[in-house]
Amino acid sequence: MDTGTPLATTASAPQAADNPRFELLLRLRRNKMAMAGAGIVALLLLTALTAGVLAPHNPLAGNIVNRLQPPSHAYWLGTDSQGRDILSRIIFGTRISLEIGVISVGLALVIGTLLGTASGFYGGWLDLVLMRVMDIMLAFPSVLLAIAITAMLGPSLKNAMIAVGIVYIPSYARIVRSTVLSVKETEYVEAARVIGCSTPRIVFRHVLPNCLAPLIVQTTMSIGTAILDAAGLSFLGLGAQPPTPEWGAMLSEGRSALQEAPWVMVFPGLAIMLVVLGFNLLGDGLRDALDPRLRF
Amino acid sequence: MWQYLVKRLLFLIPVLLGVSFLAFILIHLIPGDPAQVILGPRATAQSLADLRSSLGLDQPLYVQYLRFLGNALRGDLGRSIINRDPVLDELLSRFPATIELSVFAMIIAIVVGVGAGTVAAVKQYSVFDNTVMVGALVGVSMPIFWLGLMLIWVFAVVLGWLPPAFRMSTDIQLQPVTHLYLLDSLLTGNLPAFGDALKHILLPGLALSTIPMSIIARMTRSSLLEVLNQDYIRTARAKGLTEKLVIFKHALKNAFLPVLTVMGLQFGALLSGAVLTETIFSWPGVGRLMYDAILARDFPVVQGGVMVIALLFVFINLVVDLLYKYFDPKIRY
Repeated sequence: MDTGTPLATTASAPQAADNPRFELLLRLRRNKMAMAGAGIVALLLLTALTAGVLAPHNPLAGNIVNRLQPPSHAYWLGTDSQGRDILSRIIFGTRISLEIGVISVGLALVIGTLLGTASGFYGGWLDLVLMRVMDIMLAFPSVLLAIAITAMLGPSLKNAMIAVGIVYIPSYARIVRSTVLSVKETEYVEAARVIGCSTPRIVFRHVLPNCLAPLIVQTTMSIGTAILDAAGLSFLGLGAQPPTPEWGAMLSEGRSALQEAPWVMVFPGLAIMLVVLGFNLLGDGLRDALDPRLRF
Repeated sequence: MWQYLVKRLLFLIPVLLGVSFLAFILIHLIPGDPAQVILGPRATAQSLADLRSSLGLDQPLYVQYLRFLGNALRGDLGRSIINRDPVLDELLSRFPATIELSVFAMIIAIVVGVGAGTVAAVKQYSVFDNTVMVGALVGVSMPIFWLGLMLIWVFAVVLGWLPPAFRMSTDIQLQPVTHLYLLDSLLTGNLPAFGDALKHILLPGLALSTIPMSIIARMTRSSLLEVLNQDYIRTARAKGLTEKLVIFKHALKNAFLPVLTVMGLQFGALLSGAVLTETIFSWPGVGRLMYDAILARDFPVVQGGVMVIALLFVFINLVVDLLYKYFDPKIRY
């Protein structure tokens, strides 16, 4: 009776075969873990966008009379040592965490892509110098480098984002360089050169779009780890400063109350874990879906 | 092999120079005048000039770097601003604690990670496999400092089974030999000290091992799955070898190369990741020293610590590269 389904299937079959993006989406949809990750990330975005509506209390206003209240009907996740609602702080903290992830990884993405493209496209001494600098940066353990940079720049959320961004630059530069190296030798790039395309046009129109797949995977995975690293910096007092409702800073503030009020520590930690898990699951799924060995 | 070693050691020179330069310029990243930052807002013009002169900040950058490099090569990393002790002495006195914690965490990570990864690969798509893979994903997503605090809460505060901080109880006497407490207590036959040191290292060791354990488990599983599909494994099975022999003698050894790379990288990362763990567990290692130095803005200590840990990181990577030969005799240097 229902003729819609077979018709839809036959209509979508050639579409899937012809359209690589559609095929990619289908492959991603079949991956349950990736879908779970995408669900978590979507939920976080929604929470960040609607934080003002969702939060039951003001995240910065506390009442000392209500300090260290256990989870209750009025305060679902309890209150901290300043009497502030933990749930509201976690909800607003979503905005800050996503901001950290996007800005620090964005910084690394832009600078790393520019350096990697220049290095791979022009080669020669520029490639040699840039890649040795990247090697040296990679010789530093990432957490330590981020701590050292933030320690020197001074503790603030902005500096923590800059530090995390700087630490991630070499991995982007290397990924883009290796793709550019192989793409620049292809016939279509040669053809573009022959017909007189300018270098910027070749780079932005023909070379960089081919780096998108590895960059998308790397960016998704990096956002989670960047949030984790920045939370670590805030925990050490080098990132977000009180009373900012950043999750790492919340853990740092709640540390002294661990014995009498463990909920102050438990929930922000779970929030960090959930966000990072979401991005890791999505990144894993994207990597599988975009794997050149499967795809091309 | 020797040729390769010499080549690698020569290649290390520019990397080490770069590492030393990066550690050197950290102090120049301080916005404004570093002397002003170090001495604070109440410093007089004379004291500022004296400090600039003693730190060599009044000289051209390349002169400052060459002096820093020359001093570092002689083992002089400067003096702590706080207690005026030589930075190298402070670092060396703290290193045994960090090494002991990192090695302990790495042993847990390798034993559990390789074990769980192997069973997961052998029993692919089983409940155990799914549990290990989800557990490994959760493990890499968990903030290590939060896990540390949760472990303290459960095992020290609620259950009272394990101590929440430090390397050893104050009432325990131990004759230092290597300054690695677990090893020293065994070498001197001091069992009460061994038990006490073991109790103290369990929680920080477990917290620190979580990320490398998860990564090693994932890598072991995927690497082993690839090897298990090879023809020579089918041949080994067809010959009638026991499954244990096939897995441990033929598959695992061949699957070990990527796992070894990850182990090397993770061990290097442990040394720096220990900053957070040591801070939480008041573990008197280099990480804790660095944290205190950062809070006190004791820049020479931060600079020296960064440089020494980075050098160690580079050295570990070299050792891992050399170990490849053992696991893959096909590799020719």
